[in-house]
Amino acid sequence: MERIPILKLGDCLIISLQIDLHDRLALAMQDDLANMVIETGARGVLIDISGLDMVDSFIGRILGNIATLCRVLDAETVIVGMQPAVAITLVELGVTWDNVRTALNVERGMAFLRLHLDASQAMQTAPEETHDDADAGD
Amino acid sequence: MSTSTLTHMLQTDSDSLLQEWLTEQLQATTLRRDLLNEADLRRDSQIFLNALTQAVQVSPALDIDGAQWQEIKAVLAALSRNRATYGFTSSEVATFVFSLKQPLFQRIAAALKESPQKLQSELWSVTVLLDQLGLYTLEVYQRSREDIILRQRQELLELSTPVVKVWDGVVALPLIGTLDSERTQVVMESLLQRIVETESTIAIIDITGVPTVDTLVAQHLLRTVAAARLMGADCIISGIRPQIAQTIVHLGIDLSGVTTKASFADAIALALTRSGFQVTRQVSRARTP
Amino acid sequence: MTTPTPEIEVLPVGSEDDVVRIRQAVRRHAVALGFGLVDQTKLVTAASELARNVLVHGLGGQVRLEPLPVPISGARPGLKPGLRMVFEDQGPGIPDLDRALQEGFTTGNGLGLGLSGSRRLMNEFSVESRLGETRITVIKWKA
Repeated sequence: MERIPILKLGDCLIISLQIDLHDRLALAMQDDLANMVIETGARGVLIDISGLDMVDSFIGRILGNIATLCRVLDAETVIVGMQPAVAITLVELGVTWDNVRTALNVERGMAFLRLHLDASQAMQTAPEETHDDADAGD
Repeated sequence: MSTSTLTHMLQTDSDSLLQEWLTEQLQATTLRRDLLNEADLRRDSQIFLNALTQAVQVSPALDIDGAQWQEIKAVLAALSRNRATYGFTSSEVATFVFSLKQPLFQRIAAALKESPQKLQSELWSVTVLLDQLGLYTLEVYQRSREDIILRQRQELLELSTPVVKVWDGVVALPLIGTLDSERTQVVMESLLQRIVETESTIAIIDITGVPTVDTLVAQHLLRTVAAARLMGADCIISGIRPQIAQTIVHLGIDLSGVTTKASFADAIALALTRSGFQVTRQVSRARTP
Repeated sequence: MTTPTPEIEVLPVGSEDDVVRIRQAVRRHAVALGFGLVDQTKLVTAASELARNVLVHGLGGQVRLEPLPVPISGARPGLKPGLRMVFEDQGPGIPDLDRALQEGFTTGNGLGLGLSGSRRLMNEFSVESRLGETRITVIKWKA
């Protein structure tokens, strides 16, 4: 069965969805992404949906699942390129996507991931300093 | 019911019939000499008569839904649409077909004056036929006018609510005038489209120029904000005047998830800050006289 | 001006490939009837939801796509074209219709917005369901 190709860019994975997304293809994508995140230790996942002219509740759920899955695997997800007509329809469908991060396009999406990854990197080094301060206060 | 005399007449006597019909049309008070010259009228009339001749030859049916009437209906439809585009009124368009009655009736009366029964039958058939063709012409005309008006409205809509770029990544939509549901929808769709095109992350919707907001419009506004968020952009709604604020509270609309600013200027300041810009004033040197 | 509108199309719902085909067919009909982009998307999305329901819950069935164009003659002013979609299956039926139509109700893997969501996207929505026969009829009119 055909599978959607996943690209690796540094410590990020990029996947691009096109129309004619069968349900089983979407489920396979979910599995493949999770596996690849584990294999590569990727910290960021970017899903480009600019090629989708429709997102229904099933696909919406898959995308939400991926975001949750990735968070568990310590990777940040961003979904980019949603078409206006799709956005308007999803709003009327009642989909809220609270836990899903979105950006306008690939460029902005990558910029967001970079920012987020650098920030979490920085946070991992900072605690040592504050620890010392706390100890000094005792 | 018979149209045999009509058929015969069209086949043998069409030239003089055309001439009489033309005369009739040129004498009509509804003639638009400013929009139609005689050569065009002659050509249009000729084409119609040819098509009519073709149609009645196949079978003298009085119902114009049959296949043989498609051709003449196409001719009338084209004429009608054309006249609609040029601003003819419905009477002016209808005259084209109905003015054919007079010359036709005169000839039929002359041809069948010896047989009153046949005359009555033929006159009735021809009347029914021309009435149907005339009404069809009017229906197409009506439809064309509606399409034109719709198109003009659309263009006006797009012209009157432009989405302007404030700075890199920030666009603004100043809404002016009363918003009806349809207009709001169209405007909101174009805003989302512009957000994509300009790659903007912030859109300011300013409603300073909107006198009243009802539930439906507020709903569209909120939906647009939600849709923009799904796409990866944020909206700021500015220019909410006290009356509108009261209406919103009164209608029970929940604006808690939406960033709002009283003035357009405040919204721009916020948008720029959020986008990482900082505005500074340069100290200018005093001019030496 | 007269673009020939497609005739009534009956499509099977037996596999996921069918669902994709139905999306494409609905898009074609919507474009031919002159629906705007947003309304096209709503039609395709609702069709996808309802077709999937037929597949997953109805154990397969069919959909009938009926374009409702405005007739050239005898048209009243203000009459708009529309698209009617009828989804039918011979499955076990929808046991608790009221619950199924509520927000967020789910039995399968979906977000549970299939039925209620589709209703919000369409202008007219009617359901007949009992054991062995379910029919969902939706219509969207051009704005």
